[in-house]
Amino acid sequence: MKFRLEKRDYRSTRMAVLVPVVSLLVSFVLGAIVLLISDANPFQAYAAMIKGAFGSQTKLQYTLVKSIPLLLCGLAVGIAFRLKFWNIGAEGQYVGGVIGITWVMQFWTFLPTALLLPVGMVVGILFGALWGGIPGVLKAQWSVDETLTTLMMNYIIIGFAEYLYFNAWKAPRGNMGTVLYPKEAWLPRIWGRVHGGIFFALILVGLLWFVLYKTRWGFELNMIGKNKRAAECQGVSIKKNIILAMLLSGAIAGLAGVIDAAAVTHQLTKGVDAGYGFTGIIIAWMSGLNPFISIVVSVIMAALETGSDALQMTMKLPNAMGAVLQGLILIPLLAGNIFIEYRLLVIKTRKEVTA
Amino acid sequence: MNMLDFITKLLAATLAMGTSLAYATLGEVYTQKTGILNLGMEGIMLMGALAGFTTAFNTGNLYLALMMAMLVGGFFSLIHAFLCITMRANQVPAGLAITMFGTGLANFLGERLGPASNGYNLTGMNIPDKFSNIAIPFLSDIPILGALFDVSLLTYALYALIPFAWFFMYKTKHGMVVRAVGENPRTAASMGISVTKIRYLYTVIGGMLAGLGGACLSLSFTPSWNEGMTGGKGWIVIALVIFSTWNPARVVIGTLVFGGITSLQFSLQAAGLKMVIPSQFLGFSPYLITLVALAAMTIINQKKKGSFASPSALGTSFAIDDK
Amino acid sequence: MSEITTDETPVVRMVNITKHFPGVLANDQVDLTLHRGEVLALLGENGAGKSTLMNMLVGLYQADSGEIYVKGELADINSPQDSMALGIGMIHQEFMLVGNMSVAENIVLGMKDLPFVPPMAEIREKITELSKRYGLQVYPDKIIQDLSVGEQQRVEILKLLYRGADILILDEPTAVLTPGEARDLNEILKKMLAEGKSAIFITHKMDEVMEFSHTVQVLRRGKSVSVCPTKSIKRVQDLANMMVGRDVLFSLERGPYNPGEVKVEVKDLLALPVGGGKPVLDNISFSIRGGEIFGIAGVAGNGQQQLTEAITGLLKVNGGTIYLNGKDMTNKTPLQIIKTGVSHIPADRGRMGVVGDMSVGDNLSMKKYRTVELSAHNIIKRGLVRKFADRLIELFTIKTPNQDTSVKFLSGGNIQKTILAREIDSCGGILVAVYPSRGLDVGATEAVRQNLIKQRDKGCAVLLVSEELEELLMVADKIAVMFEGRIMDIVDAKDAKTEELGMLMAGVERRDI
Repeated sequence: MKFRLEKRDYRSTRMAVLVPVVSLLVSFVLGAIVLLISDANPFQAYAAMIKGAFGSQTKLQYTLVKSIPLLLCGLAVGIAFRLKFWNIGAEGQYVGGVIGITWVMQFWTFLPTALLLPVGMVVGILFGALWGGIPGVLKAQWSVDETLTTLMMNYIIIGFAEYLYFNAWKAPRGNMGTVLYPKEAWLPRIWGRVHGGIFFALILVGLLWFVLYKTRWGFELNMIGKNKRAAECQGVSIKKNIILAMLLSGAIAGLAGVIDAAAVTHQLTKGVDAGYGFTGIIIAWMSGLNPFISIVVSVIMAALETGSDALQMTMKLPNAMGAVLQGLILIPLLAGNIFIEYRLLVIKTRKEVTA
Repeated sequence: MNMLDFITKLLAATLAMGTSLAYATLGEVYTQKTGILNLGMEGIMLMGALAGFTTAFNTGNLYLALMMAMLVGGFFSLIHAFLCITMRANQVPAGLAITMFGTGLANFLGERLGPASNGYNLTGMNIPDKFSNIAIPFLSDIPILGALFDVSLLTYALYALIPFAWFFMYKTKHGMVVRAVGENPRTAASMGISVTKIRYLYTVIGGMLAGLGGACLSLSFTPSWNEGMTGGKGWIVIALVIFSTWNPARVVIGTLVFGGITSLQFSLQAAGLKMVIPSQFLGFSPYLITLVALAAMTIINQKKKGSFASPSALGTSFAIDDK
Repeated sequence: MSEITTDETPVVRMVNITKHFPGVLANDQVDLTLHRGEVLALLGENGAGKSTLMNMLVGLYQADSGEIYVKGELADINSPQDSMALGIGMIHQEFMLVGNMSVAENIVLGMKDLPFVPPMAEIREKITELSKRYGLQVYPDKIIQDLSVGEQQRVEILKLLYRGADILILDEPTAVLTPGEARDLNEILKKMLAEGKSAIFITHKMDEVMEFSHTVQVLRRGKSVSVCPTKSIKRVQDLANMMVGRDVLFSLERGPYNPGEVKVEVKDLLALPVGGGKPVLDNISFSIRGGEIFGIAGVAGNGQQQLTEAITGLLKVNGGTIYLNGKDMTNKTPLQIIKTGVSHIPADRGRMGVVGDMSVGDNLSMKKYRTVELSAHNIIKRGLVRKFADRLIELFTIKTPNQDTSVKFLSGGNIQKTILAREIDSCGGILVAVYPSRGLDVGATEAVRQNLIKQRDKGCAVLLVSEELEELLMVADKIAVMFEGRIMDIVDAKDAKTEELGMLMAGVERRDI
């Protein structure tokens, strides 16, 4: 008996829905195996995670708060992905945003307090855009592979950030971290722990959906991602669009950093590289580049993180479990993706037929 | 400490650090030469470091530890091969998934496989034995170059492995097959070569070498386990593959340069020299250099497509009935 | 052609071969017989099943049913190595060579009994000896990507001979050769036949069949419709009819030749390759008027593609000028050139002409989505696009389930129709068509040619690049021959002679004819 993959002559929407759902389930099964190996009861563990993520109003708020930067990073990466541009640098662009707003908050004291937040946000977004734009230019102008450049940019800026919060911008008290932002310039909360950043995120989702699906530019980005050469033949400027898309992508990731800093951490310190940029890649991939689906996926990813924090507290399990599950979701998703375009055939060899 | 001493010590540190990088780079060179891009290096190396350390901790047998590291590395890269070759997944996210999973799992197990006395944590534990340096008499006393003869077994093995890897690729019939598969899989298939088999084989071998590279860190370089101890070295490996222009012989240059820069920081501190440049700058300089060199090499490549070019089929999937 | 003995056991006998692909019956109970020393031409249109049949003989595909006998014995061919062991080898249309490896390495790649370290000196010697014996000039140490197309083909032949093949299958061998090189190939084949080797060649060119084969077998839609000695064919017309199944029109209706003002003017165009070397475009000059089809003939790879890319803005030139509709468009962007009124039907329809994963409707709108016809204030008006697409689909009879189907699911002919529809609808007086009927069946080819003529009759200036002289002779008003980046000569189509054109295509200077 042989298995063979045969190309379909249509795109199976049934599979397009089934595959992500099944992947989620498979990942939970595989995760259960990991838990069993380390002497933990999977049901207990998962229950603890769900309770930890959604169990009470406060916990739900924590999860929502975490989902905001994840959503933004997912959107940021998603824009680049539309062009088949692998933006692995969302992490660094996020950090760029934090550096930008910290600079304003700490040093632009000539501004009235009321302006610190808006100006800080703009500067942070610009830093993020810059950090995304550089690999964009390298790719557009000289075809330098973006996977590595965006990755390297991460480590460069994280290292630089470390220099800032350990050294140049360190607050006089304590051994690391910048001065906290002035209280009046914080991004205010609106419901429990959930802050105003949620508005930015949701508005951005709507805006991006509109741009990507309704405008000429969105059409062009789609063309470039699906067939660069044909797009070129139709007069679409590949270079300009790669750079623009990367500036936007970096800007949104920068916004994620800005919001998180303005609303939650209020400083630049160790742990600024919280992994949102990398998780954003999974979110973008899983959402099929649809901004609205990104919302659901981000909440799930956030739940995995807050859930695994709870896991550490209640069951003394390492909170790396969250990362394990995230990785485990992607693997069956990648494997199953092929069934959208191909169907599986079981072929009986000639020997079996004549037998 | 005089200059000669300092350089000798720097070379020694470079070799120690570079050994880990070299194994993984050799592995990835072969994997990429057959057309498969394995970005899971970081996760695989970390899992290799963990596997090696745990085994050594529990059995005291270093060679068993190396074997386990290679097995684990091979297993993870087998998953990657399955995703990319059989399931024709896009190789970039597949590699990233392996990295995420591998890193997460390693950090997770690192806090579960330790002794109860330490809260099941492996951090802070010591292994009974390690791969320490073995000095060859006379040769190891030569100024500067003497450092080459005062290294661990793992490094000595490289002195043989690297030339062999080069010879295998360019002078044997198997190497010919490797090069053909990565350059023009359709042609290779028409000559009766199973592109699938070759890609699986060298992806797994690459992963095994990466696991070994990870184990070099936890069994020799800093014999210990720490969460995330590979610290991005897996990504440097990817860069090193490009520097080496996919040629095993050139792996030497990149590893020395990178190992050197990364070691410079520690060597300077050890020598008690004051750091003019903040340590973090030195910390991220390998990445900056990688970035610049990558851009430079790409631009040069465009001017002359010659021995600097990547395998033409790198990152693509191949199926015989693709029209 | 020499006589062949038919009383011996045939070297190859394929009996009742059937092969399915999803949605297509590629071969339907086909029989094929080949005798020693015979050259069999396998003739048929694109998609008739010729390549599929031969791919089974070399083990790349397996038949669903039927048997293959080689030299009298039942053969089980499951891989290229199996077929090579039986002495059967194939030269594909797209050469199976690894560009950055040497000739010698390519020849021995994957051979089973090669030692761990192949003895390159010995191999080189054997290659040189073989190449002398058959008159195939080949240098073992040269790197494939440095060789010309003709040289590469010789390497392919040598590869088979080195491995002991005595049954050679050639897939469209002369497609990439000049008439002169094709004759050289014939000489090489004759030498091999004299040694007892046999050959099958796949073709869709009838003049090749007449000149090079003993026997011709015609396949149509997967079935074998006729097998007969080449000598017995009285009219080429009969062969064509067998291939297509109906009387093929050899001439098309066209209006009188009434050229208007000059719309395309190219002067002294010069383009140099990136790494230095001989110019890709070497002082090209010509002009095209409205109401005229200007054909460019020549073996593919002599600069035709680059010329059309220069005109459409996809390639930067180093010297000379291009004037389109009276404006200087040298080295301007594709967008600026499109706005000047240039429509482009590119050579590679899948890679350049359409975005496969986007819908038919989206693809149709790719020329006009920027205009008020389909959009406003940067927003694309979906309602207008749908009406627009419906209109074009009907007008050009594009066969598609609906306009939302991804274009990649359409047949080649319908993909080309989509491109035609889009480009012709938006044409502003200049149409550049590059190998537009490549890979299309007769019906689709006719449609393409009719459309080109219609545009010309409307007053468009049409630039047509084609590999088929007969297409140019049928459709063009003027024909220019390109060779190594130069225009060898420009002739009026009605006065053109195939032999002359053939010589120009091979690089013979006009004054030497």
